[in-house]
Amino acid sequence: MQERLKELQAEALEKVSAAIDLKELNDIRVAYLGKKGPITEVLKGMGKLSAEERPKMGALANEVRDQITQGITAKQVQLEEAQIQAKLAAETIDVTLPGRPVHTGNHHSLTRVVEEIEDLFIGMGYTVAEGPEVEKDYYNFEALNLPKGHPARDMQDSFYITEDILLRTHTSPVQARTMEKHEGKGPVKIICPGKVFRRDNDDATHSHQFMQIEGLVIDENIRMTDLKGTLEVFAKKMFGEEREIRLRPSFFPFTEPSVEMDISCMICSGKGCNVCKTTGWIEILGAGMVHPNVLEMAGFDSKKYTGFAFGMGAERIAMLKYGVDDIRHFYTNDSRFLKQFSIHE
Amino acid sequence: MYVSYKWLQEYVDLSGITPEELAEKITKSGIEVEGVETLDEGIKGVVVGYVAEKEKHPSADKLNICQVDLGDGELVQIICGAPNVDKGQKVAVATVGAVLPGNFKIKKAKLRGEASNGMICSLQELGFESKLVAKDYSEGIYVFPADTELGTNALEQLHRDDQVLELGLTPNRADCQSMLGVAYEVAAILGKDVKLPQPRVETVSERAADYITVNVEAADDNPLYVAKVIKNVKIAPSPLWLQARLTAAGIRPHNNVVDITNYILLEYGQPLHAFDYDRLGSKEILVRRANQGEKITTLDDAERELTTDHLVITNGEVPVALAGVMGGANSEVGNETTTVLLESAYFTGGAIRKSSKDHGLRSEASARYEKGVDPQRVRPAAERAAQLLTQYAGGEVLEGSVEVDTLKVEPAVITITIDKINRVLGTSLLVSEAKDILERLQFTTVVEENEMTVTVPTRRGDITIEEDLVEEVGRLYGYDNLASTLPGGTASAGSLTPYQKKRRIVRQYLEGAGLYQAITYSLTSEDKAQNYSLEARDPIKLAMPMSEERSVLRLSLTPHLLEVLKYNSARQIDATAIYETGSIFLRTAENELPEEKEHLAAAITGLWELHQWQGEKKPVDFFVLKGILEGLFSKLGLLEQITFTKFEKDGLHPGRSAEVFLNETSIGFIGQVHPNVEKELDLKETYVFELSLEKLLHAEIKPLRYEAIPRYPSITRDIALVVDQTTTAQALSTVIREAGGKLLKDVHVFDLYEGDRMEEGKKSIAYSLKYFDPERTLTDEDVVKAHDKVLKALEEKTGAVLRG
Repeated sequence: MQERLKELQAEALEKVSAAIDLKELNDIRVAYLGKKGPITEVLKGMGKLSAEERPKMGALANEVRDQITQGITAKQVQLEEAQIQAKLAAETIDVTLPGRPVHTGNHHSLTRVVEEIEDLFIGMGYTVAEGPEVEKDYYNFEALNLPKGHPARDMQDSFYITEDILLRTHTSPVQARTMEKHEGKGPVKIICPGKVFRRDNDDATHSHQFMQIEGLVIDENIRMTDLKGTLEVFAKKMFGEEREIRLRPSFFPFTEPSVEMDISCMICSGKGCNVCKTTGWIEILGAGMVHPNVLEMAGFDSKKYTGFAFGMGAERIAMLKYGVDDIRHFYTNDSRFLKQFSIHE
Repeated sequence: MYVSYKWLQEYVDLSGITPEELAEKITKSGIEVEGVETLDEGIKGVVVGYVAEKEKHPSADKLNICQVDLGDGELVQIICGAPNVDKGQKVAVATVGAVLPGNFKIKKAKLRGEASNGMICSLQELGFESKLVAKDYSEGIYVFPADTELGTNALEQLHRDDQVLELGLTPNRADCQSMLGVAYEVAAILGKDVKLPQPRVETVSERAADYITVNVEAADDNPLYVAKVIKNVKIAPSPLWLQARLTAAGIRPHNNVVDITNYILLEYGQPLHAFDYDRLGSKEILVRRANQGEKITTLDDAERELTTDHLVITNGEVPVALAGVMGGANSEVGNETTTVLLESAYFTGGAIRKSSKDHGLRSEASARYEKGVDPQRVRPAAERAAQLLTQYAGGEVLEGSVEVDTLKVEPAVITITIDKINRVLGTSLLVSEAKDILERLQFTTVVEENEMTVTVPTRRGDITIEEDLVEEVGRLYGYDNLASTLPGGTASAGSLTPYQKKRRIVRQYLEGAGLYQAITYSLTSEDKAQNYSLEARDPIKLAMPMSEERSVLRLSLTPHLLEVLKYNSARQIDATAIYETGSIFLRTAENELPEEKEHLAAAITGLWELHQWQGEKKPVDFFVLKGILEGLFSKLGLLEQITFTKFEKDGLHPGRSAEVFLNETSIGFIGQVHPNVEKELDLKETYVFELSLEKLLHAEIKPLRYEAIPRYPSITRDIALVVDQTTTAQALSTVIREAGGKLLKDVHVFDLYEGDRMEEGKKSIAYSLKYFDPERTLTDEDVVKAHDKVLKALEEKTGAVLRG
């Protein structure tokens, strides 16, 4: 009997080891350990054994069961693992295939420039002021020290609708309107972005419509050094910390003194290249101290208040920053152009 | 203004300063030097030669074989094709080995079998602009005066060994439209003196007053008129140095008399005009406004019709010049002229600007008058011209001038404190430093303690107020020397307005949803302007448009976005999705500003889902764009206030368009572009929406409050309804929501069937209803009660029956 049990154990374990799937393994379990299995059969002969041998044989039978059970369990783990591996192998994909695209659009390059500048100045305590694209001659010119017949009106030939109404030629009328609203009380600290219009034929460097961004600060004791410091912060944030600025005297009817700001060329760092026409400097914007006539016309006491203003073209900034070579791209809205401005450095 | 470096040296000592260094200094102190041109740049080996022999080329009609003496007595054979080449001329010869502009190297050559050892040059070949070459030489080679020395450098003989600074003048610096003005500026920058010309004229005994009388009717426009008479002039070319100075400044030489008037214009900034006295037709000058419809033929041979806005010089009867702009052909100085009537006048800017603008005629003279000339140079300029006319035209100047003078010349006197200067500039200059700067400009400055009393010369008409002096001090002190500070005062918190913030959110959302931002023009064509407009108004027209295509203000954004789609689709871009935020313009009363409204529009066409390797492709449809729009309303907290109703509008597909309402207010539309329009634009199915951004962003929304997260399960019931084809989903869901009571938390369509298996005129639409009570777990009974109400209401109000 003892031998028979040993035999059965060896036989069962051999079959377990040869099993190739979970079903076969289960069949083996039922065949050897089931109620009708050979071990139960063998144990039926226990009655013939002596009282002494009976518990020994019982223990042996249990051990054989345990051995077989253990063998089956181990094999089961092994087969299950193999099954998972096989499944995983079957599920393998080419991870280098492209992903499912997420379609997102992005800001127009000019909006990108405008928002960057807005945010920069908001950080310095400015608010964003906007105004109409169609303006009264008064706000566009007269309130800015450009009376009718002023020679500087030549500089910005305009689209008139009637004698007194025109498409604004700059965003300065927003400054005039904002000042008027302040009723002679400072401080005023605004940044004014918007579309402006001039009678130019559209070509690579001219556009009858373009985007301007102006800034205005009025308070007691605003000095030209404040303008210089503010423009320096702007230039470094927009074009890089290593930029230097240079103020050149210039003329605008609404400021006195007036300056133009150049930055050291970001392409050649001042050594001279095409972009800066070998001067090492690139003209970025016009600025100056608000003309006393402009202050007075808007109701500010020019003895008490001073201020500075600056203005620039968003297209020019974008052209310099991104190397765009034709201003018409900004208004053609070619998909292949629009899509290039999705990356945020 | 073009400034010859050599010429400038006559007035200011420039020793030790190169033209480039000078340009840099001028730019930094106030006038942008836009370029420095070297007139003889890239030219080598051009000498004065003598054409000793000329004979026809045996095998080329238009060529001549010339034997040219280059000064060493030997003859060099050169083939020349210029029609005016002739024996006995002194000419500019590019010798073998010479280099001409454009790196054109002269080599030994054979032309039709004959040797040619060099080239006889035209001025154009020597780098002159064609329009600046005197008429005599414009079609051929240049011929030197007979006394020119052989073998010398031809460019030096032409005074081209010079550099020209191109000044970009701002309108306030009219003073620098003259060499003397530039000299004052440069002297101030360098801290040097100005050497002024000292006109000295010898006169003959006859008196100008016996030859001419001057009357001015329009004294407001012409407060000072000075006439001089010069007899016995001999018209000839002016000296080469004088021609060279005109050419360098961009003025074409004509003859000695005309050249001298132009020379004085450049030197003093005072326009002069020379009339042929004998052709004047009278002994009188009368300055007046033109009669309406009066005509004059100007020197450019154009007949011009005049109005009473235009100031004219007449001979008492007919106009002989358009004052301050251009002379008349009837009194033009020509080869036969012997007596010259010289005009030096002060015309006001406004009068001249009007003439110049109306006739589209900008001359060197009008450019100066428009910006203002120095009233104190009118007489000296006339004297100087008279002097040169005796020197270079052999003229005899008659005694005296004939003048009409109602001009009051008073230099501006401005007082300013040093504190004011320092307060504006942010500097701490001493009064002595400021005085020194002002005196360098030759502004007479008297100091009393901290106050300066400054007398501004009349040449600087732009300096009228304290701030102008602040600028003069600042720019010559140097802006490089200013410190950098930031505005002090009370700190203010910068921010966007709620509207501006929300507009940014709208942009970000739409971009996240796959749309690109476009920016298009506010101007459009009249025939397109009213398409897709939300409000019907007549478009606002420009008074003087540059083209029909940009002649009126837009009433909607959609047509522009469709143009963009058309542009892209014509370039094989098969999917475009764009949006724009921008203003539209509604006409109001005449001479009032239009109502400007900000709109939001989008347009999409082509494939929406494009996942190439997995084979998924889906063109855009109505619900793609509507989904984007609903997402936007959701984002803005407005979805519950929005309804869509079927809508017909020109340019839209009548069955696939909806008007969008915010509560009771229409805020815009969404729809498919009408197939006819799609065809016209060569577009695939295209969907658009346009909304009033203002109505959208100004709408009131409930403040954001936290809502408890559900602690109890919800119960979902799905129903399939059979309804009339015409019953809208919105009508059904409205009934469901109203009937469902407060337990009904969510309703959405999950299926739609309109196929053959439906009864004619019917469709099946399936809804999923979610019931939920935040306070407790719902029982079946609760749900049945609510749900039955819904079904009943549906049946009663829409005739819907449950699909079996």
